[in-house]
Amino acid sequence: MEKLATDFLIFDEESGTYIEDPEQAVRDDVEKHYWRNVIRTVIKDWRLYVMLLPMLLVFLLWRYFPMYELLGCFKLTEDAKTVADQYYSGFSYFKTLLVGEGNTELSMQFWRAFRNTFLLSFYGLVFGFPMPIIIALFFNEIRSNIARSIYQVLTYLPKFMSTVVMTSLVMMLVKQGSDTSGMQPGVISQMLTELGMLSPKTAYAGMLNNPTFFRAIYQISGIWESAGYDSIVFFAAIIAISPTSYEAAQIDGAGKLAQMRYVVLPSILSTIVIMLITRIGSLLHIGYEKVLLLYNPNTYVTADVVSTFAQRNGIAGSLKGLASAAEMMNNIIGMLLVIGANTISRKASDVSLY
Amino acid sequence: MRRKLELSELIFKLISYLLLTMFAVGCLYPFVYTISSAISGYAEVRDSTIVLFPKNTQFDAFKDVFNDNVFWNAYTNTLFLTFYGTLWEMLLSIFGAYALSKKRLLFRKTFNFFLVFTMWFSAGLVPQYLNYLATKRAFQGVGIYDDKWLVVIAMGMQAMNIILLRNAFEGVPSEIEEAAIVDGATEMQVLWRVYLPMSKSILATVALFFGISRWNGYFWARQMISSTNEQPLQVYMRLRLEEYSDPELTTNWQLSHTYAPDSVIYALIICSIIPILVIYPFIQKYFAKGVNVGGVKE
Repeated sequence: MEKLATDFLIFDEESGTYIEDPEQAVRDDVEKHYWRNVIRTVIKDWRLYVMLLPMLLVFLLWRYFPMYELLGCFKLTEDAKTVADQYYSGFSYFKTLLVGEGNTELSMQFWRAFRNTFLLSFYGLVFGFPMPIIIALFFNEIRSNIARSIYQVLTYLPKFMSTVVMTSLVMMLVKQGSDTSGMQPGVISQMLTELGMLSPKTAYAGMLNNPTFFRAIYQISGIWESAGYDSIVFFAAIIAISPTSYEAAQIDGAGKLAQMRYVVLPSILSTIVIMLITRIGSLLHIGYEKVLLLYNPNTYVTADVVSTFAQRNGIAGSLKGLASAAEMMNNIIGMLLVIGANTISRKASDVSLY
Repeated sequence: MRRKLELSELIFKLISYLLLTMFAVGCLYPFVYTISSAISGYAEVRDSTIVLFPKNTQFDAFKDVFNDNVFWNAYTNTLFLTFYGTLWEMLLSIFGAYALSKKRLLFRKTFNFFLVFTMWFSAGLVPQYLNYLATKRAFQGVGIYDDKWLVVIAMGMQAMNIILLRNAFEGVPSEIEEAAIVDGATEMQVLWRVYLPMSKSILATVALFFGISRWNGYFWARQMISSTNEQPLQVYMRLRLEEYSDPELTTNWQLSHTYAPDSVIYALIICSIIPILVIYPFIQKYFAKGVNVGGVKE
């Protein structure tokens, strides 16, 4: 039977005409009723959205609302109650911080803090990053499960100490001497003095009062705290290597070092790359709590980081706008680093972190 | 040839044991030193002559800590913050992560980004401080004057932990869920009876992370809790440390004490880490799992 041209068309009852392009009509219909469809779907599945809501609300109230306060960076005066009723002064705080307009002292402190933030992370990367990998390699050598568990329990433990406990221990182990109470320097200071690495006078004045030692103390306590725990991820990659790979290498006459070079390293390389990229991405995210608890005015030269600079001027002091501006610049650069690192990771290894 | 192979392996094994033992001892040493110093006499702690074992043993520092009401108060406050804080965070995270793990959720990508963005960018200390101050005023406006609730409700919640949970829930086979729905399970029953039992180890890990960060929380508690009665243990410890590190204050200390001021801090440190040490062996096996699932995909 012969088909009519109209058989291929759809009759629209509303307008009383044939629709020329049915697909387009469906698309139009979906677009026209987009929000109606959304609401229908949400109502049908309302339990799911009710479950999601409290969490979103918490993030909105206490993570996103503070971002609104960042408008304070552009305000003219500091004594404002709310953001809304203030005059805006453009970039005056940023000018003060970056080029020292109006207050060269603050600008000097800001650049010092920025440099310290970067350097503390950078040294952490250089000295702290290889440690967990080395420890994971060592763990792999221990065949007895019980012995390995004991080592793991001991080396993970410091990770679970609070910053207050950790810094208190550090402060007392390298404490200063005092004439009034007859107190002698801490046990670590005394050991270093006996080994000839520290002059008795410096030990007596307290290592934490000396800017020379701050970075070393920060890094060593950091390694103590997290090297063991951070090795978990590398160790997991190492034990995933099939024993046959080692056997094959042995038959080919590979010694221990050659096995490391040609079996272990290639197998854990992707893990190392991912962890390294994460580490680089968080170069400007530095824990403020530890610095805040360890530093004092004597060591600001090497210890003051951007968040402690902001804490001192904005929370303890009254320069709220200026302090927010300083930290905002730091955090924006930090965010760009994270996104950049993630993009590189995605391109290089098909594994993206977020 | 054969001998040479074994030799290189042996040497490496020996070095591994040696260095690992050194590192493990280094991790343990501060704790042993802490215990010894807490129970040593005044002169020994003052002169830092203790290296490993306690000298001139006394238990007065512990006794005085235990007789201090402020200490027990701080301890109770920390228990309160840890219990309710972890509970609050776990509830919100479980529900949120469950919803986010569902493919049928509309705007799923947007919600995920909403979470992940907080890991990339934070407004900073000062805006957060102003925000908490405003929250505190709002809480007082509705009659909540106990700042502990402010800490419990407003602080904490880490996007990373929610994503860990979400990934675990996504790994639950959908056939099991469908079977439960066919049997007439509601959304809540699916979550409690199917999803939670199937992701026990990740739940333990996340609860541990939340709990530890609550137990160890210091900075915001010190900033936001104004009443001394409501201070948690970490704040109390730090205040005591600051008090005792002033040499002037401790000049005539030995006239009335058998122990050095530092011993009090050491005793407090021990008291504060004992709960962690007690639960630590039971949950230690979960860490490796928790970290391995940590590869976050978006």
